[in-house]
Amino acid sequence: MTAVTAALDVDALRADFPILGRTVRDGKRLVYLDSGATAQHPVQVIEAERAFLTEHNAAVHRGAHQLAEEATDAYESARARIAAFVGATPGELVFTKNATEGINLIAYAMGNASTAGPEAARFVLGPGDEIVTTEMEHHANLVPWQQLAQRTGATLRWLGVTDDGRLDLSNLDSVVTPRTKVLAFTHQSNVLGTVNPVEPLVARAREVGALVVLDACQSVPHSVVDLRALDVDFAVFSSHKMLGPYGLGVLYGRQELLAAMPPFLTGGSMIEMVEMARSTFAPPPQRFEAGTPMTSQAVALGAAVDYLSAIGMDRVAAHEHLLTVAALDGLAEIPGIRVIGPADGHARGGAVSFVVAGIHPHDVGQVLDDQGIAVRVGHHCAWPLHRRLGVPASVRASFYLYNDLADVDAFLAGVRETKRFFGVA
Amino acid sequence: MQLQQMYQEIILDHYKNPHGRGLRDPFDAESFQVNPTCGDEVTLRVKLDGDQVADVSYDGQGCSISQASTSVLTDLVVGRPLAEALTKFEAFVELMHGRGTVEPDEDVLEDGIAFAGVAKYPARVKCALLGWMAFKDAVARTGGST
Repeated sequence: MTAVTAALDVDALRADFPILGRTVRDGKRLVYLDSGATAQHPVQVIEAERAFLTEHNAAVHRGAHQLAEEATDAYESARARIAAFVGATPGELVFTKNATEGINLIAYAMGNASTAGPEAARFVLGPGDEIVTTEMEHHANLVPWQQLAQRTGATLRWLGVTDDGRLDLSNLDSVVTPRTKVLAFTHQSNVLGTVNPVEPLVARAREVGALVVLDACQSVPHSVVDLRALDVDFAVFSSHKMLGPYGLGVLYGRQELLAAMPPFLTGGSMIEMVEMARSTFAPPPQRFEAGTPMTSQAVALGAAVDYLSAIGMDRVAAHEHLLTVAALDGLAEIPGIRVIGPADGHARGGAVSFVVAGIHPHDVGQVLDDQGIAVRVGHHCAWPLHRRLGVPASVRASFYLYNDLADVDAFLAGVRETKRFFGVA
Repeated sequence: MQLQQMYQEIILDHYKNPHGRGLRDPFDAESFQVNPTCGDEVTLRVKLDGDQVADVSYDGQGCSISQASTSVLTDLVVGRPLAEALTKFEAFVELMHGRGTVEPDEDVLEDGIAFAGVAKYPARVKCALLGWMAFKDAVARTGGST
């Protein structure tokens, strides 16, 4: 395998994204640096959803007519391609409303385990059991665990964050113990960009018999991720952050775990047999897909992973690394900037969060917006992390495959202009 | 340029030199308000003297818009009859929800008219209203008429 990866032809690629051609705020070029929140859509994805709806639309997994057959094939083919994209098999992939629902699905299924059959015993939580998460989580990978602890009497614990924005593993062995039933952590921080070391965390979880839940929302869209190789038990990621449509999340679960786990949402499509007083459930993944699924969305996400695969996720990651380092280097030259997160490009993705001395992040975002630069401001759904790092909020620029060095230059010039506008030296 | 319409000199002056800032005793009621989307927060106290607003004091953290609008609030309501203060509250809320279509009355809102430009940015309206909502809530907690 060669270490050289051909650079992306960003100009050609940008032509696939119609929205990047529009202007904002009185004719300014759109500099879209908010892909960490949601990515833009290439025509190939939009067209795939349109083609499904205009040529093959029908309810999947029911009906014997031709359209139903074609729709089911399109839906299941998308599942297979998305599974392959993350190194999984189709049976290990559940479609949910979004990644947040995926985490809630696990948490609620665990909450339901105490009244399910003996095969669900390993998911049962109670007083004395512990759930471990981290201080750098998105609220989506914290609040559901707080609630599960509250419902079951289990205790919530967490790993801390170092001053430079890395996960503090110094007390890993005392936080993750034989009492730990779940270890939930993010693969890549949506604020800091930090890529967490999955291996030692999984190794510790295996030692103590804890289930590992990986929030892969910020890693799957931006890098090569092989969930089987990472050896996690569950993972979630989000369609709209990886060029796909809204309304769709993906939950990965190891086959034998999904097979033993009780359902979260129940109703149509997820049953095996229904009588008036009781029901039995379908095997996974259908067991976890109650009701009519997000069919056209799944088909379009299939097109999104085709698009990303054709480019190559290693090239996407290398390209974003280049932009990230350029942004970090540029920010380091501007006085009064504090980057929240690792200051260099090592084990780090393309989210660059920072504060400007003397200017509130909201105001920074506003002046950037006036120059056509779209960034995220606030706590980015990671309030405890901001509290830990001693800032009420931050500004986040996040990159994707369609950004180029001109975007980084515009961003850096924008930050300088913001300081000039507010008269901050 | 819209940005200058939003960040009027008056707003930046209030931001850099806020009026009435700091929490003071005595007070009749206190309100804590937070903007959950950005984490901005304000704690605001109200002291009434009969029908008069005797004092409004506050502390918090937030952007220039939220801090300046709370500073302007204290100028507008302290030392005024409560009924008049609440009229100003209604006028300010109407202005902020007007998407730039409401012509503010300078006699009522004084420096508050500077926020007319903010109303064109829906994402910032909540910032401008943070301290005002705290005022309304604190007045309600005093048992005063709202």
